[in-house]
Amino acid sequence: MAAKNGGPKAEDSGKTAVADTESVRLTVRKAYKMYVGGAFIRSESGRTTQVAEAPGSASKENIPRASRKDGRDAVVAARAAWDGWSARTGYNRGQILYRLAEMLDARADELTKSLVRGGLDPKQAAVEVAATIDRVIAYSGWTDKYQSLFSSLNPVAGPHFNFTSPESMGVVAVVAPARPALLGLAGCILPIIASGNTVVVLASEADPRTSVTFSEALATSDLPGGVVNILTGPVGEVLPHLAKHMEIAALDLHGVDAAISKAAEEQGAGSVKRVRVRSLNEAEWFDAAATESPRWIERFVEMKTIWHPAGQ
Amino acid sequence: MAHGNTNGNGNGSGNGGTHGGPVAARGAHYPSFEAPSVDKVMVEERAASFTKRSIKKETKVKGLKLAISMMDLTTLEGKDSAGKVRQMSHKARFPSTDPTVPSCAAVCVYPKLVPVAKKALEGSTVKVASVSTAFPSGLSPLVVKLADVRQAVELGADEIDMVIDRGAMLSGQYNAVFDEIAATKEACGEAHLKVILETGELGSYDVVRKASQIAMLAGGDFIKTSTGKIIPAATLPVTLVMLEAIRDYYYATGKRIGMKPAGGIRTSKQALHYLVMVKETLGDAWLDNEMFRFGASTLLNDVLMQLEKERTGAYQGGDYFSKD
Amino acid sequence: MSTKEAASTAPATTAAAKPDAKRPESKAIGMAFGDVWTYAPAPEARDHIKLQAKYDLFIGGKWKAPESKKYFDTISPSTEEKLAEIADASAKDVDLAVQAARTGYEKYWSKLRPLDRGKYLFRIARALQEKARELAIVETMDGGKPIKESRDVDVPLAAAHFFYYAGWADKLEHAFPGRNARALGVAGQVIPWNFPLLMAAWKLAPALAAGNTCVLKPAETTPLTALMLAQIIEEADLPPGVVNIVTGAGATGAALVGHPGVDKVAFTGSTDVGKKIQRALAGTQKKLTLELGGKAANIVFADAALDQAVEGIIGGIFFNQGHVCCAGSRLLVEEGIHEVLIRKLKDRMATIRLGDPLDKNTDIGAINSRMQLDKIRGLVAAGEAEGATRFSAPCVIPDRGYWFAPTLFTGVSQSHRIAREEIFGPVLSVLTFRTPEEAVEKANNTMYGLSAGIWTEKGAKSFWVAQRLRAGVIWANTFNKFDPSSPFGGYKESGFGREGGRQGLLAYLEVD
Repeated sequence: MAAKNGGPKAEDSGKTAVADTESVRLTVRKAYKMYVGGAFIRSESGRTTQVAEAPGSASKENIPRASRKDGRDAVVAARAAWDGWSARTGYNRGQILYRLAEMLDARADELTKSLVRGGLDPKQAAVEVAATIDRVIAYSGWTDKYQSLFSSLNPVAGPHFNFTSPESMGVVAVVAPARPALLGLAGCILPIIASGNTVVVLASEADPRTSVTFSEALATSDLPGGVVNILTGPVGEVLPHLAKHMEIAALDLHGVDAAISKAAEEQGAGSVKRVRVRSLNEAEWFDAAATESPRWIERFVEMKTIWHPAGQ
Repeated sequence: MAHGNTNGNGNGSGNGGTHGGPVAARGAHYPSFEAPSVDKVMVEERAASFTKRSIKKETKVKGLKLAISMMDLTTLEGKDSAGKVRQMSHKARFPSTDPTVPSCAAVCVYPKLVPVAKKALEGSTVKVASVSTAFPSGLSPLVVKLADVRQAVELGADEIDMVIDRGAMLSGQYNAVFDEIAATKEACGEAHLKVILETGELGSYDVVRKASQIAMLAGGDFIKTSTGKIIPAATLPVTLVMLEAIRDYYYATGKRIGMKPAGGIRTSKQALHYLVMVKETLGDAWLDNEMFRFGASTLLNDVLMQLEKERTGAYQGGDYFSKD
Repeated sequence: MSTKEAASTAPATTAAAKPDAKRPESKAIGMAFGDVWTYAPAPEARDHIKLQAKYDLFIGGKWKAPESKKYFDTISPSTEEKLAEIADASAKDVDLAVQAARTGYEKYWSKLRPLDRGKYLFRIARALQEKARELAIVETMDGGKPIKESRDVDVPLAAAHFFYYAGWADKLEHAFPGRNARALGVAGQVIPWNFPLLMAAWKLAPALAAGNTCVLKPAETTPLTALMLAQIIEEADLPPGVVNIVTGAGATGAALVGHPGVDKVAFTGSTDVGKKIQRALAGTQKKLTLELGGKAANIVFADAALDQAVEGIIGGIFFNQGHVCCAGSRLLVEEGIHEVLIRKLKDRMATIRLGDPLDKNTDIGAINSRMQLDKIRGLVAAGEAEGATRFSAPCVIPDRGYWFAPTLFTGVSQSHRIAREEIFGPVLSVLTFRTPEEAVEKANNTMYGLSAGIWTEKGAKSFWVAQRLRAGVIWANTFNKFDPSSPFGGYKESGFGREGGRQGLLAYLEVD
């Protein structure tokens, strides 16, 4: 983003700066921050992880290394945001997600470049960005429709009106898959927030940078702060604290190391968390029919049944 | 919660100062007619639960005798004659040759036949009740209705069964309903007043509950479900609604109001269901004929047959019991 | 048995009613529910009930003695008499049962035409109806619940569940269109002692309809009706191994849920055990559904139909001696009606009949076990120690058996143990609130989220509150209603997954 705004040859990134001092100005490097409660923050621990600026590059960039306390703060933000987000109409949530698609589309080049810097070839990266935007569109359409699919009027044998409908669960902690870093991130967040949940996400450790750019799109859509909170850092360090956190309703773990996810499941049992553990391969993330199925939403809603007498 | 002439109706359907009859306005001096609403499904479920009680052996015998002692043996037909009333009065006085079977509580007749019944029951504990107030519709001018009451009392009626103005009740003229009952009470003098709500015409339990409240506040000694001329007449749930109104009135004032379901109660089993309901809703103090009555005509013989069956172990046949 | 309550002093502004000298003025006394007319004992006859002296395990369509050779007694909690000896299934027996279920799945059940699966379930439903009386009596003898409940609720609902799910067996593709619904395989199911037959039906019927085979473990204190159900299944000629019943205590249950051959675990019981199961299943990818404890709020607004609310409150907490996970154990009352509501509740409690569960007029039966009785006593003592005011209905407690009189506590705070912990007994904690917001906040202030009640005549308020209550089942102007078509299950630590309805099938299916 800095490069794009600052220089005419954005795709060159910063690495040609030394080679041709006449035509390329010194680029502005970006401080990557995590997105919590609608704000961009460093880790409270002050720690960072260094990642190569691009494949093979000797230049390093600093990515925040989330701590236990960052996880805790993110949960507070997510919990605070849940009341409002879940109370919004499906129509409104849909409009906000559509706005997110607009913001992502406007950042398509930047996202593509970020994925390339994260190791993808440009064509692959462009496909992933397009698929991500389409996925957002798909879920923006789900926000006021899944209810009709999951709900039921139950023909109870008595003078009662009885119906069941879905509600959000609360705060869901998510570990996004390593790859695809962008599509996987969006693909696990969207079905969860579509129904009014809020999330604390541990982004891909393989390409954490892209999650930051994605956050910047979130921040400029109309999504209220705290609905999506994205942390970068080691899953093995932060996840156990989220899994134990009593304010979290559910865990959605993608591609997590078996021992870590087993431990998280055990810890999650402490407050009877709903836990989904999955490992989709990369191609499966691109299968729109499967990943845009309402089943993905259904997994993170509670069904509420209401009885009322029908009399006078 | 005195509501003055706003008439205490939170839903706005009440309307102070609307008067159906020629009674002088009471101005701001009406009590609150506010009554809790009633949930139809739950109240019917609760009423049905009383029918699940198993009433056997000595409980049954005692209950059936209690039921007889609570009966207002009734005839209210255009063809009623002195002969019919004399025969019925005898049956009320001596329902059975079994000396442990009590007399009925009362006979209930049209005003003109009160003297016949009075004479036939002289020296007994059986009271004479008279329907009145242009029974069963009540749609005569109030002066006529009050004259009807005074006449019945003069003729010797111990108890007056009046009908409320259902049209006034349903159109929200609660003050008018109240005034008529109060005026009737005044006209009764020493006679006990039973207020017939004619629940089958009131349309909902909510209205029944409110009408009960008005009847009690206006001075009714008993509240009664039905004239017997309209179907449905007494049912368990509608009676339960009225018993609950009586309970609330007792909670609030300490005064005990009596209850009389009438019409449609034909079998011993039904009668026992009512007694179970009274026992478990209002308790011991209502389990006598000062506080609870059955308005019935054919119920008595079924109860007598059941008592005989309990005594002998043999199921009974109709011709072994007198039909008066 | 008078409650000796002082009469309410609410003013009656009677304009016309004059004091009547002939009428009893009884302001000082309360309602009396005594013995002017009492009910004679009406025990359900049990002479035609023929219990076996000893029950074996039902594995692979055959009755089999346990490998351990061990048996335990099941007793009647109302008389403490021994009813029968029950096989204590060891891990080896459980293994045999799981193997039998696997064989039953692969060889028979998965190969059956779906409609025929349904027809077997219809057979079971019919047989349950035909043997309803016997089942009700045994349920009452073994568990202590009043015969009127086992007769009118447990057994008919159990039959209804089989009848309902029977019809789904051949319609799974319509239940989840385009989602390729498929059975999971072998289900291991562990059920509690509060509704022994009904919970067996809740577990077996959807599992079988969805095409799974089952190993079911009933609770150790109430195994008899599940074993009678096994006899019914045997008589219904279900293929061998489709349903296996293994009896035993906690170790048997642990062996079942931990068995690697089980694809799906369903558990109904305490939150503590549920957590243990969830932990034990971590990393296994077994499907799990849990139906656990509760501490339901029953919210009564001042505009409620109060007399019906009283019935809902009474049924909500005293149904099945309060041994109900969704019992309305926390009564939240709007301040203005607290006094009159408590008066009504106490009068109503005075009419509750505690005693012989087989008596058709009994409202409250025996506490299921000595252990449960001790737990209830402990929590009630804690309530008293913490300063809440106790009222217990004036019941005569029988000499033998386990009993606890219907009890309510007033002056309870959210911080009291009796407001936070599941008592699982006939004990109601009463709290007050002032605004709908406060009611919702208090109702949700619990780790549980199974059920809740709302009593108001204002429809908009009812929906507003219902939307905000964090519980899986909301009863508005009713309570403790159950139906096979109506999904049931909890939020939060009350568990996950639903039983009942189309949604209940999901617990036993894989869908895309």
